[in-house]
Amino acid sequence: MLHLILFSVFGLICAAAAVNLLVQSHPINSALSLVVVMGSLAVEYLLLGAEFLAAVQVIVYAGAIMVLFVFVIMLLNAGREAQTKGSRVSLVIGIPGMLIGSVLMAWILILHSGTGSVEAGALPGPPREIAQLLFHQFLLPFEVTSILVLIAIMGAVVLAARPEALQRTEGKN
Amino acid sequence: MVPVSYYLVLSGFLFACGVTGFLIKRNIITIFMSIELMLNGVNLSFVAFAAQWHQLSGQVFVFFVMVVAAAEAAVGLAIIIAVYRTRETLNVDQVNLLKL
Repeated sequence: MLHLILFSVFGLICAAAAVNLLVQSHPINSALSLVVVMGSLAVEYLLLGAEFLAAVQVIVYAGAIMVLFVFVIMLLNAGREAQTKGSRVSLVIGIPGMLIGSVLMAWILILHSGTGSVEAGALPGPPREIAQLLFHQFLLPFEVTSILVLIAIMGAVVLAARPEALQRTEGKN
Repeated sequence: MVPVSYYLVLSGFLFACGVTGFLIKRNIITIFMSIELMLNGVNLSFVAFAAQWHQLSGQVFVFFVMVVAAAEAAVGLAIIIAVYRTRETLNVDQVNLLKL
């Protein structure tokens, strides 16, 4: 019972923040509601027993990635977004499409998905077990993602650096 | 006891919100945040199915998705900064030329 109450409370917070992300017109408000979505998703992960993932969700998503977003919004001094003809067309088509799609999806999933029910903390995912999998069964993908992150760091530096600064370093070599 | 389908409905709703934001928003940063919302919805269904089938590999996949999302956020925001530097706008309707 407590599981259902906690799921409903944080699920509603999560859904409300996701809708708020769409409604707000200023990007900083959208970013802050995205932080709320990620924080309440971390609680949902905890309810399913994935404690390591809940911690990583808070540290990586709600911490690192969102700080990056807020930093870029402030760096570019992003203001209120302008309404254009294209955005009105997509509002007329997008909102009913989303409503129909989510009602259809909920109906199919609840009635015909054939999944059972889970208790609170059904599958504990402590760091030890995750590391066991990560460094034995998934060692190759893990190493490949480390290369991916390395390339992403270099790509971000090359893309975001000012062209003059890049030319200056080339001139030195 | 909570049915797994409730978690799946929440994850599907988050994904639908992400798709809608991708379609109706015109600010490039908000569009990018909608993509993160979609990734989060998929992650929740991964964890829910991991609990349903008692397979820890579902949680490891979520870990990989988070790593890819972090890399994607870094590169994507760098591209946004580069676009803003050349076009001086964040509106995707005004970014319609491949070359200036």
